[in-house]
Amino acid sequence: MANVIDDETIEYVGILAKLELSDEEKDQAKQDMAKMLDYIDQLNELDTTGVEPMSHIFQVENVFREDEVTNGDMREAVLANAPEEKDGMFVVPQTFE
Amino acid sequence: MAKEYETVIGLEVHVELATKTKIFCGCSTAFGGAPNTHTCPVCTGMPGSLPVLNRQVVEYAVAVGLATNCSITQHCKFDRKNYFYPDNPQNYQISQLYLPICRNGYVEIETPEDDGLKRKRIGIHEIHMEEDAGKLIHDDWEGSSLVDYNRSGVPLIEIVSEPDMRNADEVIAYLEKLRTTIQYLGASDCKLQEGSMRADVNISVREMGAAEFGTRTEMKNLNSFHAIMHAIEGERARQIDLIESGEKVVQETRRWDDQKGMSYAMRSKEDAQDYRYFPDPDLVPVYISDEWIARVRANQPELREAKMKRYRESFGIPDYDIRIITDSKHMADLFEETVALGAQPKKVSNWLMVETLRILKEREMDAQDIGFSPKHLAALIALVDQKAITTTVAKEVFEVMFAEDVDPVAYVEEKGLKTVNDESELRRTVEQVIADNPQSVADYRNGKEKAIGFLVGQTMKAMKGKADPTGVNKLLKELL
Repeated sequence: MANVIDDETIEYVGILAKLELSDEEKDQAKQDMAKMLDYIDQLNELDTTGVEPMSHIFQVENVFREDEVTNGDMREAVLANAPEEKDGMFVVPQTFE
Repeated sequence: MAKEYETVIGLEVHVELATKTKIFCGCSTAFGGAPNTHTCPVCTGMPGSLPVLNRQVVEYAVAVGLATNCSITQHCKFDRKNYFYPDNPQNYQISQLYLPICRNGYVEIETPEDDGLKRKRIGIHEIHMEEDAGKLIHDDWEGSSLVDYNRSGVPLIEIVSEPDMRNADEVIAYLEKLRTTIQYLGASDCKLQEGSMRADVNISVREMGAAEFGTRTEMKNLNSFHAIMHAIEGERARQIDLIESGEKVVQETRRWDDQKGMSYAMRSKEDAQDYRYFPDPDLVPVYISDEWIARVRANQPELREAKMKRYRESFGIPDYDIRIITDSKHMADLFEETVALGAQPKKVSNWLMVETLRILKEREMDAQDIGFSPKHLAALIALVDQKAITTTVAKEVFEVMFAEDVDPVAYVEEKGLKTVNDESELRRTVEQVIADNPQSVADYRNGKEKAIGFLVGQTMKAMKGKADPTGVNKLLKELL
């Protein structure tokens, strides 16, 4: 493997993803990420001069909806899996901006 | 000598688009629904749900872009902005980073300067489409927060200006310009108080003449022009104090507390500035053809500048009136429709400029909230023209019309407010007033011309305003 993920990077990525990883898991993740970067390096060897960057794998564009209300009240279904609800709302730990 | 500082200001303005449905699902955007009744798997971020773009969002974004002299990004797409917060159920917001729909535009603003107006061009860096977040309600008793996703997925455009503004006046002029333009396009109602238009203000200061910008801060929670002006003044002073005392301005987001007139650094969301944007794989690219742009351009309604020009040429009303009437699309429509029904333009303008503005101000209402119809205003003006009612009565009727949009003809009939043209009744009243006010009568007879005004007033009062004051005046002079 040409790429090496250092401890600092895996720590940072863990914070961003809100993941608490054990040391073993961190080691595993470091290796997986290094492999991914190696693969990207390999792709980078290709000469893509003059090739339009691709933003989607399907050759499809302009898939639209018309601006018409098609959904009714489905609150009950939406809240069905909520761990906790109150007054028709999801309850989450107190969060301040 | 004290150093002179220049304030440099750039704005990020979020505008909620006036679509009937959300940006990526068929849920209603209507206000006031019970919590979570306008939600579905897409706007609550359920696994496996797929967003589909609302065509009207693209139409509105292009319309705003064209009206603000932007170039349209014909191949554009959506990206995911990743962050964790409970108002954002997917843990990412669908936005546009790499290819925003509009770029490199500008608007012209005017600010008062000395005796005249200073014109200035404010650059628009870009406009992008994105989705709004849900609403958090804090439950202090329980120590928890409640989440309502009715606003989640409501379409927004974010208009990012260049750092071209130098003071609060320019900022307000810029915001007013955006607001009228967008209201004229019908793309949003742009109400700051209700949050359908929101501005984040980026501010830095630098020594006058310096080439480099200073470190900027971003001010949030500004929901009135008043708050924006004070926040700019407050932040300018705070930054100058820091610099003068040898400290550094820290780049951060601050929250304005308008009650206290102070701002606070918002608790930095740990590492949250790293949003790890990437193209949204659930949405296919958008291609806006030349034909599509041409169609939006062709359907563009008359904007304010064009309307003002036309008013000057065709209605013969003062420039001052034109400015105020065209400030709101709704008021301009009301004006034109009333004139089209045969009312004289200056008379229509007077009702709007005097009585309407007075009531709006008294009740802290917006011109968009005017509820009376052009038909009824035209009828009221006609009643005055025919001398069927006096101006005093007309004003009373107008109050009722403003509140309930009553038909003035029927109302005047029902309440018996028609001017009394019965000569004998009027004569009886005038004679009574003369008999009751010997002092004023004596004053008038002794050459105090002004005393007659009091007698006219007494007569009008006795007639409950239903007499023509000119007629009363004439009759009084005759009888004295």
